[in-house]
Amino acid sequence: MSAVTTKSHSAAVPEWLTAPLVIGTVVILFWLFMTVFANLVVQFDPLEMVARRLQPPSWAHWLGTDALGRDVLARTLHGAAHSLPIAVLVVVSAVIIGSLLGAISGFVGGLTGAAIMRLVDVTLSFPPMLLAMAVAASLGPGLGNAAIAMVLVWWPVYARLMRAQVLEVKEREHVEAAIAAGARPRRVLLTHILPLCWTPVLISATMDLGQVVLLAASLSFIGLGATPPTPEWGSMISDGAVHFYQWWIAFGPGVAILTIVLGFNFIGDGLRDILDPRSD
Amino acid sequence: MSAQIYSAQSGAVDKAGERAPLLSIRGLRVGFRRAGDQFEAVRGIDLDVAKGEVVGIVGESGSGKSVGMLAALGLTSKNAVVTGSVRFNGDELVGKPAREMRKIRGARIAMIFQDPLSSLNPVMTVGAQIAEAVRLHQRVTRKQAMARAVELLHLVAIPQPERRVNQYPHEFSGGMRQRAVIAMAVANDPDLLIADEPTTALDVTVQAQILSVLRSLQERLGLGLVLITHDLGVVAGHADRVAVVYSGRVVEQAGVSELFADPRHPYTRGLIASIPNLEESRERLFSIDGSPPALGRLPGGCAFHPRCIYAEARCRAEDPPLHDIGGRFSACHFATTLPPFHSAVLATASLDNGSVAP
Repeated sequence: MSAVTTKSHSAAVPEWLTAPLVIGTVVILFWLFMTVFANLVVQFDPLEMVARRLQPPSWAHWLGTDALGRDVLARTLHGAAHSLPIAVLVVVSAVIIGSLLGAISGFVGGLTGAAIMRLVDVTLSFPPMLLAMAVAASLGPGLGNAAIAMVLVWWPVYARLMRAQVLEVKEREHVEAAIAAGARPRRVLLTHILPLCWTPVLISATMDLGQVVLLAASLSFIGLGATPPTPEWGSMISDGAVHFYQWWIAFGPGVAILTIVLGFNFIGDGLRDILDPRSD
Repeated sequence: MSAQIYSAQSGAVDKAGERAPLLSIRGLRVGFRRAGDQFEAVRGIDLDVAKGEVVGIVGESGSGKSVGMLAALGLTSKNAVVTGSVRFNGDELVGKPAREMRKIRGARIAMIFQDPLSSLNPVMTVGAQIAEAVRLHQRVTRKQAMARAVELLHLVAIPQPERRVNQYPHEFSGGMRQRAVIAMAVANDPDLLIADEPTTALDVTVQAQILSVLRSLQERLGLGLVLITHDLGVVAGHADRVAVVYSGRVVEQAGVSELFADPRHPYTRGLIASIPNLEESRERLFSIDGSPPALGRLPGGCAFHPRCIYAEARCRAEDPPLHDIGGRFSACHFATTLPPFHSAVLATASLDNGSVAP
């Protein structure tokens, strides 16, 4: 797809600047803006009853009102402030924990490495949703607990990626040269191996931001994430599912999740084209 | 055998007072174990390197010449079993704890690898890498280390070193990269430099430059230099002494002029005869018949006998030790009785058309 877009553009546009990357970035910037400035942009309070309940979309309420008479658009836009920070927090924590353990496993190897990887295998053998549900349920509802549950589900992915990457890089000659120059193992890992291992983790993390938004919404949907009346997309969709014929209640948060997941995927794809010389 | 070599060496010691061996390798063996299978890549290397001496180690790929030197530095993989003795300035290196080996590696013994592009970290500037090498072994500030990096780049004749220190390896040409690698290697004024095929990955025109940089540094800093190579031309031009390695053993060791004038091992003879020569026109280039034995499937007796035109029954049964034949060494039963060496005569002989009897 990158080839097509670049050919249609003039030569002034750099090759890596593809249409999906631009669209993804715009979408994500929009939601980031909403995360911070929803209060200033949206005229209705997301927690107040501002109109009659279950009103279809109109000029006053673009996405209608929900079962309690709250403005769906206002709640959707405010929802970003609940989903995005959680997603970033979860992915960053999972990347740190996973990369660290994966790097140690790949670099040290032996019994330590094997133990870490078996832990990864066990965690990955559960369906992610099921494990997140189990953990979230045992910790009790609330977005904070849902975040902890999601970190526990997500770190093994990065551990595997990082381990594979470290295993490959540590066989390169410059690593041997560094050891031959008398560098300590920790220094070899930190300055000669890890800086060359980030690319796949970065790409995967970008795409996972969208997936975590989706997982957080799923947990909220079944009542394990955000508690009412928080304008969280998952719980809003859950409300909408009760009022099946009032489609607009679920429409707003649904579109929000869809665009965020797509946006992060587009950015991840674009990043891969830029960072990974092996992909075409 | 070690006593033999030592007595021979002492003759040289008398000649030049300070020529006590800097590095002294005795009976070095490196075995690998893989899935229950065990084989030896190095089957007993004996080698001395004196201060300020250039020793060439020649052998084909897989002969164990690199593995042997890596093992001497403790750089083999975990499944390797290293036995024998490696003494550096009288200090035993085999079995030395990793912490102490790190103080020697890069500081007292430095190593240069084959491919200068892959032996540099692609995400660090060249200057930062040289500075790192300095700071690994010297207590200096970052700034002082960078200043030293500039100085070292200047030493290896890289133009505009102040600008070059801030560039990344991909901005360097192949020859300049290898010079940067050499600069890193001499950053801590080592006593011994091991260069593992330093010019193999380079353009022929650049090879000579790199070798002259190495040689001038070696002379200026009084380094012992071990030049691992499969290029006899490099050895002939730069080494003082040569050790020829075949399937994990030193088969011949001699001063460079002696070795080329009168090789006393059939394998060395074969190697020298296979060098293309512009003066004598031959229909076909000489090559040693057969191929080197696979590790772990060595023939009985002398490892070279299946390819040797001088081989006799004794060679199949008995693996010859490294004989002292007057200040030089050869691991051939017929070391002293081999006919005079004429590469042109050898070129016409082969296993098929009948061997040249010793």
